[in-house]
Amino acid sequence: MVDPRAYRLTVHGMVDRPLIFTLQDLKRFPAVSRTCFLECAGNYNGQREELTPQEICGLTSQSEWTGVMLSTVFKEVGAQARATWFLAEGQDAAVMTRSIPVKDAIGEAMLAYAQNGEALRPEQGYPVRLLLPGWEGNASVKWLRRIELADQPFMTREETSKYTDPLADGTAREFSLVIDARSVITSPCYPQTIQKGFVELRGIAWSGRGLIRRVEISTDGGKTWKLATLQPPMLPKALTCFRYPWEWDGRPTEIVSRAVDETGYTQPEMAAIQKVRGRRTRYHLNPVTGWTIAADGRVRFALERVRA
Amino acid sequence: MTRIVIIIGAVFTIGLGATAQSPSKPPDSARDKPLGIGTPATPEQIAALDIDVRPDGTGLPAGSGTARDGAGVYAQKCAACHGANGEGGTADVLVGAEPKSSAPFGPDYERWKGARPDVPFTIGNYWPYATTLFDYVRRAMPATAPGSLTADETYALVAWLLAKNEIVAETDAINRETLPRVRMPARARFVPDNRRGGPEVK
Repeated sequence: MVDPRAYRLTVHGMVDRPLIFTLQDLKRFPAVSRTCFLECAGNYNGQREELTPQEICGLTSQSEWTGVMLSTVFKEVGAQARATWFLAEGQDAAVMTRSIPVKDAIGEAMLAYAQNGEALRPEQGYPVRLLLPGWEGNASVKWLRRIELADQPFMTREETSKYTDPLADGTAREFSLVIDARSVITSPCYPQTIQKGFVELRGIAWSGRGLIRRVEISTDGGKTWKLATLQPPMLPKALTCFRYPWEWDGRPTEIVSRAVDETGYTQPEMAAIQKVRGRRTRYHLNPVTGWTIAADGRVRFALERVRA
Repeated sequence: MTRIVIIIGAVFTIGLGATAQSPSKPPDSARDKPLGIGTPATPEQIAALDIDVRPDGTGLPAGSGTARDGAGVYAQKCAACHGANGEGGTADVLVGAEPKSSAPFGPDYERWKGARPDVPFTIGNYWPYATTLFDYVRRAMPATAPGSLTADETYALVAWLLAKNEIVAETDAINRETLPRVRMPARARFVPDNRRGGPEVK
């Protein structure tokens, strides 16, 4: 547990004025609130039919975060133009670090000290964490103690041996920070059993690149697709609820969702991901998923759909 | 339309109305002058925290060690989780020089693999920078007492890990001069993220 009176954030490196901020200092800055999702880069599991949505892709969440824009703090310290990267360092036991590209982060990055109207909880990085909307959660360093501006990435363990993506061509992608669009039908789902007749399909979709443009639904295993209704408010880099009215005729089938974001990116099938990234890719998996409906109404994870 | 939510103390004031301003736009984007918040950080205060090591060696301290020096430290402080020889423990596999001709993925690997079982991702076949070893071991290991290793112990452990992965010799001294010059086998594998959204699956 961090004592809020003892908390200090040091910002240094390629800055005109290296400064130390107390928690009260950070709260004096102009504040901003932002609702967005926060998701683990390893948020996918699809190994068997008996999986709930939580088990498939539940390492994601959404909150309203409040804090100071990182750009405000960078102005305060006089961040230099040649500072193209910064290191964010936590004060956990491993003093975990990530290198963040300034140009890509500075527009939306925050130093968050509140979550859903209360102070950050200890496990969420109390008293202050970095928040990078739409990016893999590991980069939003918790219990933030130090920011160092530099002209190169630091190549820490978490951005080299971990969180990188082996590709089919023998190269490995580094700093693949943005979470691409995805969706999941949360009802009906395993372990439910549905009845013949009207069933409202419900779920959530999200993209680290901005707004969800549409969610497409198939009730015939991907042969035909129809548009789901999106529930306002639709916020960029935030969970977007969708619904689709369906009449189940009692015959076995498969229900599937896929998200399309504002860049025109369509959530891909697992086969398309593995074609590009090979079979040993481990992070940033966002395949189209669905549920099989058996004749008795039992709902199970559509395993064949994600089998390589 | 977007909606701004402001917290004032514990009171929620929701929905100040539709606005053209992006919710992510800083409220003071037009302001260039500092507000005078914060306390100057002295070089001593910064040095007490600044433990990171970069690929060019910036941040490496004085000290030195060889794989032979590191063997005892490893057995005492690392083997319980990582196995006697850097594999077979409960924690990450550290040692594995195979395949010599490729990374543990990609077309060359698949040809080499044939009917063999998959090899794990290790320091020898996947870590792109030797400096990362010093940085990470010093800040995070051993898990029971992170930050407790001396500079010499850390250099010796790094030397042991590099030697076990067949990257340096057992007698090579690893220090702030030599470590940044160690070329890791996987170094050339890493490429920047080329995903930008849009229709192509990458």
